[in-house]
Amino acid sequence: MKVNEQLIGHLSHLSRLQFDEQAGQEMVHDLNRILGFVEKLEEVNTEGVEPLIYMTDETNILRDDAVVQTITQDEALKNAPRKDSDYFRVPRFIDQD
Amino acid sequence: MFKTLAETREAIFAGKTTTVQLTQHYLEQIRKYASLNAFLEVFEEEALEEAHRVDQKIANGSAGSLAGMVIGIKDVLCYRGHKVSASSRILEGFESLYTATAVQRLIDADAVIIGRLNCDEFAMGSSNENSAYGNVLHPIDNNLAPGGSSGGSAVAVAAGLCLATLGTDTGGSIRQPASLCGITGMKPTYGTVSRWGCIAYASSFDQIGPMANSVEDCAAILEVIAGPDEYDATLIQQTPEKYTSKLNHSGPAKLAYFKQYLESEGLDPEIKTYMLELIERLRADGHTVDALDFPYLDYVIPTYYVLTTAEASSNLSRYDGIHFGYRSKSATDLESTYKLSRSEGFGKEVKRRIMLGTFVLSSGYYDAYYTKAQKVRRLIRDYTRDVFKNYSFLILPSTPGTAFPLGGKSNDPIQMYLEDIYTVQANICGVPAISIPGGTHSNGLPFGVQLVADTGMDASLLAFAARLQAKISQ
Repeated sequence: MKVNEQLIGHLSHLSRLQFDEQAGQEMVHDLNRILGFVEKLEEVNTEGVEPLIYMTDETNILRDDAVVQTITQDEALKNAPRKDSDYFRVPRFIDQD
Repeated sequence: MFKTLAETREAIFAGKTTTVQLTQHYLEQIRKYASLNAFLEVFEEEALEEAHRVDQKIANGSAGSLAGMVIGIKDVLCYRGHKVSASSRILEGFESLYTATAVQRLIDADAVIIGRLNCDEFAMGSSNENSAYGNVLHPIDNNLAPGGSSGGSAVAVAAGLCLATLGTDTGGSIRQPASLCGITGMKPTYGTVSRWGCIAYASSFDQIGPMANSVEDCAAILEVIAGPDEYDATLIQQTPEKYTSKLNHSGPAKLAYFKQYLESEGLDPEIKTYMLELIERLRADGHTVDALDFPYLDYVIPTYYVLTTAEASSNLSRYDGIHFGYRSKSATDLESTYKLSRSEGFGKEVKRRIMLGTFVLSSGYYDAYYTKAQKVRRLIRDYTRDVFKNYSFLILPSTPGTAFPLGGKSNDPIQMYLEDIYTVQANICGVPAISIPGGTHSNGLPFGVQLVADTGMDASLLAFAARLQAKISQ
């Protein structure tokens, strides 16, 4: 796998990140090195092996569906960079007309 | 000053000191060694108030098992009403709305929380150089890195700034800095300690664990923080054993080591010699120590990086510049709010890992990378657990070398990733592992010895580690 600037552009959009030209070049270089390193996994024969997803043997740990107030609206808004008394504020994203 | 909880409590109960006096002492030490940059924030007044409350409980006989312990917490653990930043700009000014279960249990057991500790940003790193709040310096030589990601937690204990700390370990972030700083650190079995209130890096790997001057103190802390919690559904539901009452290991033990680990060319020759001599000493004491093959050495770090970056890219999507944390002043619309806030808020290594994680999870590459790594994870886990059918413990180095210079590895991500070569196996497998101080290198720096046990065998791991600790200090 060869990483190029086009792929970095695609991945950075998916990641909601952006890089200037120099940082983008560095990212091309770094990801190529790291992918070259992790591609060693191709050597391992995994035919018939199930992916390991859950790390304990516990299944369906459930609790009562009880209504509990864990945080208030004020608390939820407390750490927001922009807010009014009821809402998180975001830039306008619907055209006015 | 006292090195262990037992010494501390003996002095307190004999009336020779008080929790308040101890807290004052540690506050002085923190001021004196402020240049180490171990603490991001010290909860000075509050710690003294808490210490006073603990002293009253001691006086009326109602004190908990950690009364007398002054403890610091890694800056990825939430504590209601206190800041937590994961050493990242993106969480600048963020204040926790609730308390991590592990922290709450410490408080309930009458430990005094003295402050929050510097670490690599979002616990990603092996040198603590990825913190947005500056490097943590190694207490023996300030030009060296203390290891990471729980670098502040390791240095705080090693420099005597508090008695113990909590760290988190995703691929070695407790054991690697513990080894480089000459202290003891343990990663419990996956599912032992609630991750509620722990800022997530890679959720199928992350575990909170203790860092202290002794195995006994790690056991005392783990005993308090371990066990089921209704806020974390990945926990083992069985109530854990009383680790402190099971610390007496006797009789011969069956140990194994992996030849490839000791033959790895990255391993410092002095550490290799030390390990081989230690193995001989264990044999001379009647223990079995067999050399086994480990065919997956070259695959542990690649497996780890594919899976942890995938999980990280998902976990870190919550930092959107809208609900909490940093928002870019240059953003003009919704998309640029996301992109600019995240690009300005995250550091370089975090962005690198988000990008790699996004790649391995993206359409067209998912099976070849992510699913493949999950399959290799199963092979490594099954192979390792098969070894534990015949052996109680694995013994191996904690780190390939001693502490390295600041800046020495930070330009090459692969070199840095190889720092964790001996620690990631335990996280891939979900099994418990502990690093205890081993020898002192001819360069004057400490290095650790690591023991690993099977899933759920934390009590016997601690017991044998206590025995090995006594053996090493003979």
